[in-house]
Amino acid sequence: MQLNFNELQYVIGSPGTVERMTGARPLRPFDDEVIAFFGDLSAALRNVRQYPDVATFGFWCRRASLVKEKAKYDDAAERLGRGIVFHSTPSNVPVNFAFSFAAGLLSGNANIVRLPGRSFEQVDIISDAVRSLLGNGYKSLAPYVVFVKFPPAKEIADAFSSVCNVRVIWGGDGTVAGLRQSPIPARTTEITFADRHSAAVINADAYLDAERKDTVIQDFYNDTYYTDQNACTSPRIIFWQGKRKSEAKEDFWGRVHKLVSEKYDLSAVQAVGKLSAVYSAAAQKKAVLEKSPDMLVTRLRADVIGNDLMNYKYNSGFFFEKDIENLADIINVCDIRCQTLTYYGIDKKDLADLLEECRPHGIDRIVPMGKSMDFSLIWDGHDLIREMSRRVIIL
Amino acid sequence: MIENFYEHEPYDMDMASKDKLITEELLELTRFHREHCTEYRRFLDASGFDENKVETASDIPFFPVRLFKNIDLLSIPRENVFKTMTSSGTTGQRVSKIFVDRETAMIQQKVMLRILSDHWGKKRLPMLVIDSAETVRNRQMFTARGAAIMGLQIAARDIVYALNEDMTLNVRAVNDFLQKYSGRRFIMFGFTFIVWQHFYKAFEPAGTIKCTSDNEETVLNIKDYDLSDAFLMTGGGWKRLVSESISQDDFKTRMRDVFGIGHFIDHYAMVEQTGCIYAECEYGHLHASNYSDVFIRDPLDFSLKAPGEKGIIQTVSVLPHSYPGHSLLTEDEGMILGADDCPCGRKGKYIRIIGRLKSAELRGCSDTYADKMKL
Repeated sequence: MQLNFNELQYVIGSPGTVERMTGARPLRPFDDEVIAFFGDLSAALRNVRQYPDVATFGFWCRRASLVKEKAKYDDAAERLGRGIVFHSTPSNVPVNFAFSFAAGLLSGNANIVRLPGRSFEQVDIISDAVRSLLGNGYKSLAPYVVFVKFPPAKEIADAFSSVCNVRVIWGGDGTVAGLRQSPIPARTTEITFADRHSAAVINADAYLDAERKDTVIQDFYNDTYYTDQNACTSPRIIFWQGKRKSEAKEDFWGRVHKLVSEKYDLSAVQAVGKLSAVYSAAAQKKAVLEKSPDMLVTRLRADVIGNDLMNYKYNSGFFFEKDIENLADIINVCDIRCQTLTYYGIDKKDLADLLEECRPHGIDRIVPMGKSMDFSLIWDGHDLIREMSRRVIIL
Repeated sequence: MIENFYEHEPYDMDMASKDKLITEELLELTRFHREHCTEYRRFLDASGFDENKVETASDIPFFPVRLFKNIDLLSIPRENVFKTMTSSGTTGQRVSKIFVDRETAMIQQKVMLRILSDHWGKKRLPMLVIDSAETVRNRQMFTARGAAIMGLQIAARDIVYALNEDMTLNVRAVNDFLQKYSGRRFIMFGFTFIVWQHFYKAFEPAGTIKCTSDNEETVLNIKDYDLSDAFLMTGGGWKRLVSESISQDDFKTRMRDVFGIGHFIDHYAMVEQTGCIYAECEYGHLHASNYSDVFIRDPLDFSLKAPGEKGIIQTVSVLPHSYPGHSLLTEDEGMILGADDCPCGRKGKYIRIIGRLKSAELRGCSDTYADKMKL
């Protein structure tokens, strides 16, 4: 099979590694050596101060936390990796590939990881650390790791798709559709991360009673502006519950505006895009633009939440807003495209009741404000370890 | 009433008197479109527009021109649409759709004619179009190039297309045209890049071009002709030439050297405000006529920028009656150079176009870019 292409760059491993992968023995999930490998990788990365996202990954994959994860899988001893996982990671998030790779290796597989198309120093830092560990002390894991870079090119995607046992596609509807042009073997399974939207619900009274409001605001910023409000996990609509809603909103958005004007760089194209989004929504929906001194924080009060409201979502600090009495009032945005519900000041039991009562097709994660981006091995409703391994039973 | 403007020469009003007239007219149009275009009324409702607060033309609400790509915006019954003009989007991009009725079409042509006659005289001139006749053939779906050519036709006579359907030079047609009009005043019109790529380069470097058809050889040597009273009118921006390292000045110099062209009129225009062109004077400035005006907006809060400051260009025009396009935020960057004081004597603002706003790459999980994003 052809594994050399002009546009294909091997960052870790070689065409030979890919050829030998089919012979590499699947590992058990949370294999001791794999945990040790990530433990050492964690040590190398978690103090990378200039890139908090690298440090976050480093902190996530430390030995103690993986051992804790392992304990959650009582069926790990019956499981084996499926073989080769081909990961296609998003082009504009620097560190997502590392989490995908970790999930693939932790579940016992060999991994062909397509790195982001754009160049990021974070990618180099992590790749260098992985390469160095595979060369020193973890040679036995080298057959399980290939990192590659290539522009959208069907023949390259075809080659890796034809050898994989699991294909993981990040990057939204367009990328999923593109890669699906490349056939996979009959037994190969696929995990796809489509375009999603997310929502947040805030209890006004709990917010007003919060002692450290600026921490809440920083958490909100991290959930939204930090990724240009363009991550699947970024809330696009904010629901307000509680008694003192207008007071809470005024305080909340005032502080958001202050933080955003200090930290966020809004380009002219983004500002024009947001204004276009305001009118696109307003032309079809009854929506009122909240007054604002500038384009940094754009809020559209949506009086009616129809099922199609999220067709009008936008990014870079563009929020629909709605006052609600009951949590169930959010249900119209919780269709199959809804990924994360972020909450502040809401009782967990009420959230469980909401799921039980409404049984929406969407909402795959419900997380406290500020935690929307925190990676977990259960992501987007997928149990990654179990979906990338098979359970073998002896009767 | 648009008739009030017809009493004037196109550049004869200073800012104070122009603003008074144009503000009244724009306010009238705002009311008209609010009443006749549901989506436009919702724009105004969403942004809380209050007409009592309008004191000057810059107080008239604007919306981004991009919305013509997402929404069909019209203030007339569909059966009154005389022609639909589209922007020239590249493949895969959505195009703007502008719905024009007979009245608006007539106004657009009349105003364009008035503006142009201020530059090259009231007589209709022969015109050599540096494009292919195919570009204007489909009248139902105009492109910006087609619309520009069609718009100019009314200002011209004896129109000849210099390019064949495959964009090669129609040597015989050009030769015949030049034989007839050498030494006289005529118009050459084309989009900058087309003129460069398919006209200039065809003659470069020797200035001659040969072609054989029906076993008859035509040799066209441009030096045989006198183009010193010809007006080369260009449009479509300079981005593609700049990417080939040809500046606007280089372009003029080369066109002057090879063809001996005497006059240059570049212009800024958009299909969403057809008719109100911003034409270049002999001092190289693009002028707003009485029929339109330009405001430069801050990209962060859309406040007004002072002359000499860069920002997003907003254009207002009193021509759009059939669709709510009288006040638009473009996606171009530019600045106001001055007002009422250009040495050419034309009143009103004169501007400089810097180019399209830079696109931004966004973070996020979906592989996408800000300027390509669906709305």
